[in-house]
Order: sequence, then C-alpha cells, then structure tokens
Amino acid sequence: MELDAAWADRWMRLSAAALSGNRQRLTTLDREIGDADHGENMERGFSAVVEKLDADGVPETPGAVFKTVAMTLMSKVGGAAGPLYGTAFLRASTAAGSASALGPAELVAVLTAARDGIVARGKAEPGDKTMIDAWTPAVDAAVTAEAAGSGPVEILTAAANAADAGLAGTEPLVARKGRASYLGERSAGHLDPGAASTALILQAAVSAAETAA
Amino acid sequence: MKKLINNPRSVVAESLEGFGLAHHDLVQIHLDPDYVLRRDVPVQGKVGLVSGGGSGHEPLHSGYVGQGMLTAAVPGAVFTSPTPDQILPAIVKSDSGSGVLLVVKNYTGDILNFETAAELAGVEGIDIRTVVVNDDVAVEDSTYTAGRRGVAGTVLLERIAGGAADRGDVLAKVAEIAERVNANVRSMGVALAPCTVPHAGEPSFTLAEDEIEMGVGIHGEPGRHRVPMTTADSITDQLMEPVLSDLGVASGDRVLLFVNGMGGTPLSELYIVYRRAAQILADRGARVERSLVGNYITALEMEGASVTVLRLDDELTDLWDSPVNTPALRWGV
Repeated sequence: MELDAAWADRWMRLSAAALSGNRQRLTTLDREIGDADHGENMERGFSAVVEKLDADGVPETPGAVFKTVAMTLMSKVGGAAGPLYGTAFLRASTAAGSASALGPAELVAVLTAARDGIVARGKAEPGDKTMIDAWTPAVDAAVTAEAAGSGPVEILTAAANAADAGLAGTEPLVARKGRASYLGERSAGHLDPGAASTALILQAAVSAAETAA
Repeated sequence: MKKLINNPRSVVAESLEGFGLAHHDLVQIHLDPDYVLRRDVPVQGKVGLVSGGGSGHEPLHSGYVGQGMLTAAVPGAVFTSPTPDQILPAIVKSDSGSGVLLVVKNYTGDILNFETAAELAGVEGIDIRTVVVNDDVAVEDSTYTAGRRGVAGTVLLERIAGGAADRGDVLAKVAEIAERVNANVRSMGVALAPCTVPHAGEPSFTLAEDEIEMGVGIHGEPGRHRVPMTTADSITDQLMEPVLSDLGVASGDRVLLFVNGMGGTPLSELYIVYRRAAQILADRGARVERSLVGNYITALEMEGASVTVLRLDDELTDLWDSPVNTPALRWGV
C-alpha cells in the first residue's frame, strides 16, 4: 500500500468523522479544565477541511493535502487549537515535499515535523498536560517502529497506540500551559482535551491506511 | 438550557448583525470573516487600535468601537479567539499609515492568533505594536502557568489608549500609555453561578448552593479555589486584598475603581460591592478619583463580579476623561 494523496484525503475525512462523533466528549473534557469549546472548534475546522477538499478536488500529493488542511484549520478554528494544528500540518506539508507517496522514512519525518511545529508554536514540553503528551510518545513509537523495519501501517498503528497511552497519561498531570494551567492542582484528575483530539486524528491515519492495504 | 437564540451555530453572526443594525451610526460590521470597524475608518493621521477575542464578553470588544476607543474589534466564536484571517483585514482597514496597536488579552489562543496576524500585517508594511493585558491577580504569574489572564483591566486600557490615539499620539506613545495602564491595573473576580456556552448546552461548572468560586476568569473556567458563600462585604474584602497588595496601593494614591458585572448579577449588587471596595480604599488613604460600575466585560450570563483598581496619574486621568463615543461607553461628546 502507498501513503499517497488519496490516503491523506481519507485520513482527513476519517478525522472529521471521528471529531464530529466525539464533539460532545471533547467539549466535556474541555469544560472540566478549560472553556468548553474544543469539540465544537475541532468539528468546525475539520468540516471546513472536508468542504474544501470537496470543492477543490483532492490535491496531487500528500504534502499538498496537508497544506490545504493547515490553511483551513488556521482560518476556521481559532483558539489555541487552530494555530497549533495548523502549524502541525504546515510543517508536515513541508516535510512531505512534492513526493507523490510517503515511504516509512518519509512518514516518520512528517510526524516528527508536525510534532516539532506544535512544540515551536505552543512552547509546551512533555508533562505540561497538552497535546504534546500524545504527540511525543507517538513520534517516539513511530521512530522505533521504522528503525525495526516496519511498514507504514505498522508505524502508524504504533504511533496511534502510543498517543492513546499518552492521552491516558495526561490524567494525573497538573497543567502548565494553556487555560487549564489557571486551575493549578485542580487540573489533575482530568484527561487533556488536546491530547484526546490528537489520539483521534492519529487513529484516523491508521484507519485510512488500513482501508488502502 | 433556555436561551434567546435561534441556532447555537449562528449566535455570533446573528448577534453581530443586530449590533450593526442598532449602532449603524457608529460602526460598520463585516461578516465572513467577522469584524467590526468604526464607521469612519481609517482615521487619517491617527494610530489604529485593534482588539478582539472570544464572543460572549459583550459589550467587549465590539461595543467599544468608535471615537476615542477602538478602531476595530474582532469577535471569535463564543469564548474562542478569532483567527488570523479575521484579524488581518481589521488591521489593514484600521491603518491610516500611522500604524496599529493590538490589544491582546493574555490567553494562549489569543496570543497565537494575534501574533500570526501581526506577522502577516508586518509583511504588508504596516507598523504594528502589541500590548498584552494581564491584570488578573487570581493567577500566579510563574513558569508553571500561561501567566496572568487579561480580564476587566482591558476595558480601561482600551479607553485610555484609545484616548491617546484620538488626540494624535504616535504609535510608540500610544503603546507606552497602554503599557503604563497595564502596569498599574489589577483585577480579581468571583462567580456565584456558572454560565452556559450555547454550543456546549450545559453549565461550564457546578457550584453548590452555598459555594462560590474565587478568582474566576471571564470564560466560566473554574477559578483558584472554592469558598463558602458569605456576605457581599466579606466577598469584596477577599477580592480587594490581593488586588491592593499586588498593586501596592499606598496612602495618597489616586485610583480608578471599577466594579464589573459578569452578566448575571444586578447593578444593585454591584453597587453594594462598590460601596465596600470604596470603604477599603478610603481606609488605606487612597483617593478614588474615577469610577465605573456595570456589565462591561461579561461571561455570558454568569453570576458574579470583579473588582479592578487602576492607579492614576494626571495623563491617564485626562485620557480617561477625553471624549468617547462608542455603543457601550460614551461621554464628552
């Protein structure tokens, strides 16, 4: 199977469906430690991505798909999630370049660039109780899987599973970034909504690859 | 949830349309992307003042667009910062060639989106300065938080910096005055009951009948700690103490005292809070020279209030008193 533009397109559509299906859950997580808008914002952003892909047709490369996603998220989401996910997909687009399909090494480069973009924008570190706590273990797992000679589906699966574990690991953490940080100790005992949306998006990447496999 | 809305998704746009119809003599509204401009933009020879943030804090920011205050306001979705593609055209249309000051409340989303828009405006050759408002003493400003929030002090800063822009000050001077306001203003809030974000459909937090949330922000996000419900005077004491000690208010200081309603508390109760706050300042030997009481930066229908103290000097006082003509604040015209 190939991680081509059709895969990237499927990934975004499956992400949109997953975020829409989890809108209430994400908003509830955000209500507990933030301001109750994460589900709504993510659904609005990814619905706009799907509309854009429908209107313009699927671009020719995964990099071009990611660029469309980046621009759409930055203009439709707002809050912190818009710039953070927007930057992630913009960096992913640059890392993917003009390749028509991504091999294992390119896939790891794309995931790493996305994570690095979020770190650069949000200046969060692992343990701050943010989406980085899902992204960083995901990228680490992808690197390990690729080094062991895994193919794209296995790499994505390892990343998504690690993101799920990372999400679970945010529960006891005290937030040090974003609006949840205002809660101090009271932010412990809740999952981070940004890590939750990250886990959903990476799981969608696996499903999109399995569909093609 | 009972709200006077048609559809949770169209709350911001429909509210903005009504706002534009009601105040067409002062403002013009632009939809998709959403922003509000002074009717007479750009004002030749004057620095533009642009602010924005999530909706749900009305009259902030759109209500403060007009002479002597903001040139443009950019409302995001409810409690969500606006996006760069909304902020950029508001900046471009506010610039008369004298530059634009951005007033940004210290929230991660607002910072990231305004930063991006400022970068894009810079590419277009517009002179940009940014002031970040962070007046909320409820938040510890440390490396372990995103820093103090920007809350009610924003209203005072927009008025005074707007006065400076209106009298023709250059960008560096308007920015300096805005920074001076921020350095001399502190706020703290309390919630008695939560608000409900329209698209969430459920209250943002729950409080028992005998509980209040001290140090609450303007998004219905929980505050620092919960305490038992008590008298207005005792609550006011708990709000004023951190404000005054952090600001270091001393005998002989001249101040502006601002008691703000969060949207669901009657004016009569705000005046009860004001009464006590004024007593506390008098006991300290500070002179309350200007005041503001009312719902000026709200959190939808949240019940609660905040107190804000701004240390005044002659220039800040003159700028506060200068003519202002906006939908929500008007005097001297």
